[in-house]
Amino acid sequence: MDYINLFVRSIFIENMIFAYFLGMCSYLAVSKTVKTGVGLGLAVVFVLSITVPINFLLDQYLLRPGALSWLGAEYATIDLSFLSFIMFIAVIAAMVQLVEMVVEKFAPALYGALGIFLPLIAVNCAILGGSLFMQQKDFGGIGEAATYGFGSGIGWFLAILGIAAIREKIAYSNVPAPLKGLGITFIITGLMALGFMSFMGIKL
Amino acid sequence: MEWIRQKLDKFKEPFAKGEKLEKYSPAINALDTFLFTPNHTTQKGAHVRDAVDLKRVMITVVLALVPVLLFSMWNTGYQYLSQVQAEVGFWEAFGEGALKILPMIVVSYAVGLGIEFAFAIFRGHEVNEGYLVTGLLIPMIMPVGLPLWMLAVSVVFAVIIGKEAFGGTGMNILNPALTARAFAFFAYPTYMSGNSVWVMNAAKVDGVSGETILGSLAAGQDVQYSAMDMFLGIIPGSVSETSAALIILGALFLIFTKVGSWRIMVSAVIGAAVMGLIFNALPSLGIAGNALTNFPWYQHLLIGGLMFGIVYMATDPVSAAQTYRGKWIYGFLIGFFSVMIRVFNPAYPEGVMLAILLMNVFAPTIDHYVIQGNIKRRLKRKKAGINQQVETVV
Repeated sequence: MDYINLFVRSIFIENMIFAYFLGMCSYLAVSKTVKTGVGLGLAVVFVLSITVPINFLLDQYLLRPGALSWLGAEYATIDLSFLSFIMFIAVIAAMVQLVEMVVEKFAPALYGALGIFLPLIAVNCAILGGSLFMQQKDFGGIGEAATYGFGSGIGWFLAILGIAAIREKIAYSNVPAPLKGLGITFIITGLMALGFMSFMGIKL
Repeated sequence: MEWIRQKLDKFKEPFAKGEKLEKYSPAINALDTFLFTPNHTTQKGAHVRDAVDLKRVMITVVLALVPVLLFSMWNTGYQYLSQVQAEVGFWEAFGEGALKILPMIVVSYAVGLGIEFAFAIFRGHEVNEGYLVTGLLIPMIMPVGLPLWMLAVSVVFAVIIGKEAFGGTGMNILNPALTARAFAFFAYPTYMSGNSVWVMNAAKVDGVSGETILGSLAAGQDVQYSAMDMFLGIIPGSVSETSAALIILGALFLIFTKVGSWRIMVSAVIGAAVMGLIFNALPSLGIAGNALTNFPWYQHLLIGGLMFGIVYMATDPVSAAQTYRGKWIYGFLIGFFSVMIRVFNPAYPEGVMLAILLMNVFAPTIDHYVIQGNIKRRLKRKKAGINQQVETVV
């Protein structure tokens, strides 16, 4: 039950886009068509659900105050948490590299469509945000961390899927010239967040 | 008639092309088409002859709303008067309610149409009839105690951000009336929920209480209304959401005229009933429920804004799913989420508004996948057909 609760919370209630507005750059840039949106969304799901548990292990056994006590009693006082950012980013960058190679090999068309935004997942705030929230939430085990990572990824995926379909639809709208492009996309994101408010406050 | 026509033509002269007031011609043309049927003849291209145009569709929806609106005027007066005096006359209650509701409608139309006209003039397009329905719906879904200026601000938000930013009627992604309500709900929560806003003057006069059924259920109290009262709508609530009977009448009218989609209405009712039945079944599975989960599923359908939302908001042809299969999915999820939010979410007693907004957000996604699935199926059929031909030739 705890896992389901965490999973639903991370998808809907603590949605990366609509609750924290993280990872907006690629969300705004790659959401012009459903196809590329889905591709990037899947990449983010993959990277988040791999990096959050790996970073959880790093945090648990290397970084947090007293994490090194498994080496021996004399290491128990060492606090390496100042290294968290650089360690987390290193793991994320490695994973993104892996995704990039896989996409290039098996879906060259998608690789071309995503362009620079695929390697840029490495600096996507949603991904680093996932790891940092994980650190803050103090999960009890790797299972919870993996669930949280996967759920956040699905939440981000749903958001980019929704906005990509809306943007395909409003391609025919007579949007005022100053709002064309990013302007209207920001307004759509705000209105979508209004729809996602339905889940705020749900306690499972 | 002839005389008005001549006067209007004379009045329109300075607005003609090349004259000095040309910029304001959308406003005067809107007035003209409101009073007279336009007699333009199509110059080129397809000559499609059909009696149904945007104006006809909008007026049909307004007609379907009128019985509900008249009833709500009586009910608004009755809910208040029956608590302060022993005998309530029919016209007395109706007058009291009408005095409260008519200003809301006037404010909504004045502010909304003012913005529509301004945008039409600045952007040089014609004024559309879309706001006729939205402008009537907005006061009908607000609590009766809402101050008029808050109503006006919500209308401004819904019309500018929710509709005109996308290019006006037919382009919006969320239902404008619900956008207005959601805006008011999150901006002025104390005026949009609680137990003193659903009956007029409840905040001012001692001894007048106006708890809605959902509100008292969420608080764990018993319901003192019978199922018949819920069906007829003699209960407190947002202005026009209460009478399931008259809303069903309006729904039949919309289905008969083919203006509202029966697929969405039916599937939404099914969705809500399924979720209600699941909650009702909880005790037999050994899970203790609360007042909300044990509330009979058919009464879930009768109370709150569920019926009104399903019939008049979810079927909005602009923001709903466009494909037939998509409509079934879209409607089902609206009903399902509405009851789920009601029961699970302690922050909101009623869920239909947010459920419809959420599904408005995902309607284009549903459509996209329905269309893709259709394309795939037809390609497969074509391929199978070719193979068959090859076989017969061989």
